[in-house]
Amino acid sequence: MNAHGDRPILEARGLTRRFGGLVAVDNFSFSVHEGAIHGLIGPNGAGKTTTFNVISGFYAPTAGQVFFRGLDISGRKTSALAAMGLVRTFQGSTLFQEFSVLDNVRVGRHLGARAGFLSRLIGTDRASEREADDKARETLAFFGLEELADEPVSNLPHGHQRMLGMAVALAAEPKVLLLDEPFTGMNPEETRRMMALVRRIRDRGVTVMLVEHDMQAVMNLCDTITVMNFGALLVEGAPEAVRNDPAVIEAYLGSATGNGAGDAA
Amino acid sequence: MPAAKAAASIRRIAWRLRPVFLFAALVALPYLLSYSQQEIAVLLVVNVLLVSSYRLLTLTGEWSLGHVVIMGVGAYASALLAKQFGVPVPLSMLIGGGMAAATAAILSFPLFRMKGFYFLIGSFAAGEIIRLIWKRFTDPFGGPKGLKRIDPFPDIETGFLSIDFYEPVNYYFLALAVVSASLFVLYRIERSRIGLTFHAIHWQDRLAESVGVDTFRYRALAFVIASFFAGIAGGLYAHYVGAVNPTRFSVDQMVYVLVWAIVGGTATFHGPILGVVVLTVINEIVLRALGLDTARPLIYGAILILSVLYLPNGLESLGPRLQALWRRRRGGPAATGREPA
Repeated sequence: MNAHGDRPILEARGLTRRFGGLVAVDNFSFSVHEGAIHGLIGPNGAGKTTTFNVISGFYAPTAGQVFFRGLDISGRKTSALAAMGLVRTFQGSTLFQEFSVLDNVRVGRHLGARAGFLSRLIGTDRASEREADDKARETLAFFGLEELADEPVSNLPHGHQRMLGMAVALAAEPKVLLLDEPFTGMNPEETRRMMALVRRIRDRGVTVMLVEHDMQAVMNLCDTITVMNFGALLVEGAPEAVRNDPAVIEAYLGSATGNGAGDAA
Repeated sequence: MPAAKAAASIRRIAWRLRPVFLFAALVALPYLLSYSQQEIAVLLVVNVLLVSSYRLLTLTGEWSLGHVVIMGVGAYASALLAKQFGVPVPLSMLIGGGMAAATAAILSFPLFRMKGFYFLIGSFAAGEIIRLIWKRFTDPFGGPKGLKRIDPFPDIETGFLSIDFYEPVNYYFLALAVVSASLFVLYRIERSRIGLTFHAIHWQDRLAESVGVDTFRYRALAFVIASFFAGIAGGLYAHYVGAVNPTRFSVDQMVYVLVWAIVGGTATFHGPILGVVVLTVINEIVLRALGLDTARPLIYGAILILSVLYLPNGLESLGPRLQALWRRRRGGPAATGREPA
């Protein structure tokens, strides 16, 4: 229904990550289509965060590959992936807490504000720095944070810190944005606003993949959902299909409890 | 009221003219000192560069125990270039700085696989290896006795101007010029986006990496720049004192650098400079006058403990604190004075 591109912009094939004897991600495959909002869900310990860490280059995969725009990016450095347009956010309020709000987003402009060492030294980087500044303020305005530009981050309430985390990532001008639990710890009103923001980010041409526990938010927001269990793929499909899939219900609620409840009823 | 206004504007002008006062004080300083104190002033200026360059490395959050050895690399390199190859001294100092930077660039590969405490220990080990090389290889490093009779800085002889750098006063001005220029560069680096990136790596290296900062390259960059200026400090030292040996660059000396930085505070650019100046003055004037200069490690240790306990943000935090206290003191009477009007 949606005008999504057909070729996957991000794809994992047979992705595996072991930690000693523990197989956190086990022969896991998925594909994210350009322009989609793609959810990755699963019960606690299913390997979602490890998958994110492998895709974003913090861990190298033990086996398997990750493809970004058709290119094998397995094991590349996080900063190199960011330069290609694959940028992630973090759980909680992972920010430069000692910086002002604006400076956080200015660091996010790292790749856009290029200048040589000497030009930094003698100050001829002013033009590119002013541009970075403007872009940073523009990004803050997108999130409605422009009034808080000069505040220290530690003064911001939790919801604003989460948005700032997204602003820092968006300032790097990603093609694919990986959001790690964007709605955790938010009240329903904040979640609603954040969902609207994620949609607007997608409308700017950024493909979004997110890991999230808030089932309602995921079901309402995502075009496609991948469900993981025990490190492996369980189901992939549209929200309605995933919601009613017996395997998914079993993974979340457990079959024994389900039968017991059925008998009692 | 007009009198108060005039006093305020005088104070404002005086505040604006700080750099001029500082410059005048630095120029006048050697003429107020005895010969031996002038020699100490030269070493103090060199140490200012050493501790300031060290601070640049600490911006990324990594504390090294090899910085004094890196200074030694600059000192040995510059001395050997002048002695063995007849390279003119100002140029040899510059190359010495370059050698120190190159050493740091090579050491970056093993060292920046580690962070925090592990980096600290790793840098110590790397420094000891360099010192053992100096001790082991008598040719060309002179072994445990080190190098002696290092070429001095060449005299400037023109028709009307003649400067002999054997004179501490003259060498003081030379060192002051080199160190001021170096500090200016260090300051500019910190105030630029490079400095912002160093700070970002210190506070959240994963987040910095995720928006495209190659944290390894930036850590290495900080290490290389800091080492270049430490090497310059080493060159200034070697061609002034005329002798270097492995013991001069031992970890004992490194501990002094740490104490200067910690007691001064590393949050601001001037913190470590304040630390080295105040502690040198305490050491050379107060302790010497009391005949306690052999107790230097003991007293430095006590100062370190006291400052960590009572002034955890260093001497740099003392100014703002006193200012706040002063304002509160004056705030009382001033407020009551305004009430009748």
